[in-house]
Parts: sequence; C-alpha cells; structure tokens
Amino acid sequence: MVVLRAVDGQRERVAGEPQPASRPALAVSGVSFTYKTERVLDEVTFAVEKGRFTALLGPNGAGKTTLFSLITRLLATRQGRIVISGNDIRAAGAKSLAPLGIVFQQPTLDLDLTVRQNLHYFAMLRGLSWKEAERRIERELTRLGMAERAPETVRALNGGHRRRVEIARALLHDPQLLLLDEPTVGLDAPSRKAIVAHVHDLAAERDIGILWATHLIDEIRPTDDLVILHRGKVVATGGVEQVIARTRAASLDAAFTALTPSRAQDE
Amino acid sequence: MTLYARAFLGIVWREIMRFFYQRERFLAALVRPLVWLIVFAAGFRAVLGVSIIPPYETYITYEVYIIPGLIGMIQLFNGMQSSLSMVYDREMGSMRVLLTTPLPRWFLLVAKLSAGVAVSVLQVYAFLLIAALFGIEFHPLGYVLILPALILSGLMLGAVGMFISSTVRQLENFAGVMNFVIFPAFFLSSALYPLWHMKEASVLLYRISVANPFTHAVEFVRFALYSKFEPTAFAVVIGCLAGFMLLAIFGYTPSRGMEPRARAAAEA
Repeated sequence: MVVLRAVDGQRERVAGEPQPASRPALAVSGVSFTYKTERVLDEVTFAVEKGRFTALLGPNGAGKTTLFSLITRLLATRQGRIVISGNDIRAAGAKSLAPLGIVFQQPTLDLDLTVRQNLHYFAMLRGLSWKEAERRIERELTRLGMAERAPETVRALNGGHRRRVEIARALLHDPQLLLLDEPTVGLDAPSRKAIVAHVHDLAAERDIGILWATHLIDEIRPTDDLVILHRGKVVATGGVEQVIARTRAASLDAAFTALTPSRAQDE
Repeated sequence: MTLYARAFLGIVWREIMRFFYQRERFLAALVRPLVWLIVFAAGFRAVLGVSIIPPYETYITYEVYIIPGLIGMIQLFNGMQSSLSMVYDREMGSMRVLLTTPLPRWFLLVAKLSAGVAVSVLQVYAFLLIAALFGIEFHPLGYVLILPALILSGLMLGAVGMFISSTVRQLENFAGVMNFVIFPAFFLSSALYPLWHMKEASVLLYRISVANPFTHAVEFVRFALYSKFEPTAFAVVIGCLAGFMLLAIFGYTPSRGMEPRARAAAEA
C-alpha cells in the first residue's frame, strides 16, 4: 500500500507508512468493466485525496469517460469497489453521490433558461432553499467573473462561459469531490487556461478532491497527482515528478509517450 | 421542506419554464388537435352520427364528442415525446444531471413524468380555451374535475411511453413511435368515434379498442368533463399507471442512451 506525504512542496509515495488520517475523497479499487466482449476497464485502482488536483491522463478511448460513468453510477459497477468520501457507491446507493460535483464532457445546461435559472434548478435538486441557493449562486458566479451574466440565457454565452457556469453549478452544494470529464474540449486557449487555473485553485482553497480527466499534458502542473490510464489499465500513479523520474523521461510529455507506446495508432 | 419536495418542485418548475420559453413547442402542441377539431370534425360531423350514450344526456355535435379524444391526443403525444427523450440522447444531458443527484432513480423518473404531465395539463387547458372561443364549452365544474383525470391519465401515458422506449429497441426515434404506438393507440380507441360504431364494423377491432388503455384514459376524461365518474375507466387507468410505472422504473437504464458512445469508446 502506498501513501502520500508532502516533501518540499512536492508529494511522493512512500511504501510502508501509515495512511493519512482523513479518508480519501475517492477510492477506486479493482474496478473492471466489460462492454459486450470488449474489456474497457481492467482492474483500475487509485485514490483522490482531499485538497489535491488529480489528473486522470489518458489518450482518447482509454476508458476515462466509462470510469466517470461508473463513479457517477450512470453505469453499474459489477467488478471492484468505488468509495466516495467513505461511502461505497454500491452499498450506499444514490446517497453516496451527495458529496459529488460533476462537470460532464457534453454540455448539460439548458440553453433556453437563464444562467440563474439553470443554477436554481440544480440547487433545488440538491435540496437548497431558494434564499440559500441565491447566496451561493452569487458566490460562485462572482468567483468565476460571471455575476453580471446571470440574467442571460445560456444560449447567449460562448463555450468558455458555459463551462464556467457548469463549474459554478457543480460547486453549489459544496462538494468534497469534483469530477471534470475533459472540461476544456472545444474551448479556445484563453478560456482553457482560465478554467484550468480556477480549478487548480479550488482544490487547495476549499479542500476538495479533484479528478480532472484529460488527454492534454499542458493542463497538468508539476505539483498535481497523476493517474495515467491506457487501454483501460492504470499504467502509472503518483506525483508528476515521481512519474517522470520513474520512467527516466525528460518531461511529462515524454513520460506519457513512454507509458502509452501505441497512443499514436489508437488516436 | 425536504430534499425530495424541493427536487420534485425543481423538476416540475424547470419543465414549465422550458415550455414557456419554447413558444414553437407550445404552438405545435396546439396546432395538431386544433386541425383535427376545425378541419376533421367539421368534415365528419355529417358522416358520423353520435347517439345519446353516457355521459351525454342529449344529442351532441361531433365537435363536442371528439374534444376528450383530442385532449387524449395532446397527452399521448406529450407522454410519448417526453418519455422518449428521457431514454435517448435528446435529453441525455439533463437526465445525467438528474441521475447523478443523491436521489433514487424511481423518484427521479416519477418526478420527470409528473413534470411532463404538468406541461400537458397546461396544453390541454390552452386547447380548451381555444375550443371555447369556437363555441365548444362545458360546465365550469367540468373544467375543474378533469384536472385529476388529466394528471392520472397523463402519468399513465407517460409511463407506457417510458416502458415502450426502454424496452423496444427499434423505437428509438419519434417516427417509429408515431407509426407503431401513437397512431394505433389513437385510432383503435373511442377518441374519434363511439365504440359501438367500431363494433358494427369489426368485432375484433372493437375488442382491441376496449382493451386499449388509451380508450379508458379518454373515457375517464370524458366523464370527468361532465362531472361524472366512470369506475371502469378509473380502475384501468390506475391499474395501468401502477403496472407500467413499475415496469418503466425496472426497465429504465441510463446506459441505454449512452450505448452508441460506449460502443464508440470501446471501438476507439
């Protein structure tokens, strides 16, 4: 069993040390998923600690979206175990999703409703009173620089702003774990940069565990944790520096290429 | 207020807001029954005689007869449309948001069906208002008493729709549902003509029409519109509602709408 400790601002895994007292925001162990005869995920195991930004890095078709569908119970987990903030999703059922905030790869906002209406709708689904929802909507939109866009319909927003609204929505109920499935797909460079920076800040400021699925190396910072998924298997976990060192590569890009050798053909 | 009550209100509120924002959807829902009422009924009033059968106590015009059937048509289209969109991609985004809340799936499906019914009720009252402008009016109490009938029959049709969409793989687009569900259900019912007319033409078709749950939804609404209660129709509507709701909840799998994507991912 490996654990994490902070060393000079970096994190490294040390064998044999006791586990941290706080339970991880997400623990995935031995999860497999087969679609018809195709093994999409194979014995996937990793953890996301609170207050940490964990990048789930993998080429297209690696199984990232399937894994997210299992964590969010959109697909049933038949092999392995997924635990969110101490609750096994199979045993606890839908209640286990209470500490979870999600930003899906596909847009899920209602284009015909205003930004504020979209957020109010979600707040009601999470049981927040109208007044409390209003307070939190202001808080999240202000934080994302979107407060003045609240009365506009989502249709009037560009892709980057829609993504910001989806992030604001995912944070309304103060989640302990935030899942983002390739949230920057289709966005221009400035929007991507702003969203990546915002979510990195969130992890530390709010002590949220973040799992960010991506295939883009430049969205990952040296201090992040990594889970590299390739053809349904976890091929590396740990801090970025650690993964680079383990593969004896010069950069994360080189390490990623070394760990996913047939990536070019797959994509 | 509990999480469940707030979530239920939220789901219904969103559907109603969407309905008011999408004016073309509102108009489309009204145009269909109005064309039947104004064009079809006017043409057929001379052909089809309507004798005095319950709940009617006097001779009525054909336009008056088909009003409950057209109300049923509004609910049938609405129920099928919203159920289909819950299963397949069109509303997959919003269903994902719903299904990843900490609420049980049965509750979310019932709430979503209820939201669809809320919209269909608004459509029905708008239709009745326009019918009144054309001189087809009912007793004021009838307008109130059809409300529970509309809710129950709307839920039943939504549950039937969701069951069909969840289990019959071939019906993954609205054209298929139109041809194989909506049209047979509508024409093999008492919506357009009394069943004794049907019996004269074919006993087999009559029997099919009697067994059709849509017939009973229409009759339940028809009797309520005249401030009367029809126990058989009520029992069939309640029974079908309970049965199909259970089957729909049991048969609903969110991965269904995701299958093409999962397949693509597996093949990538």
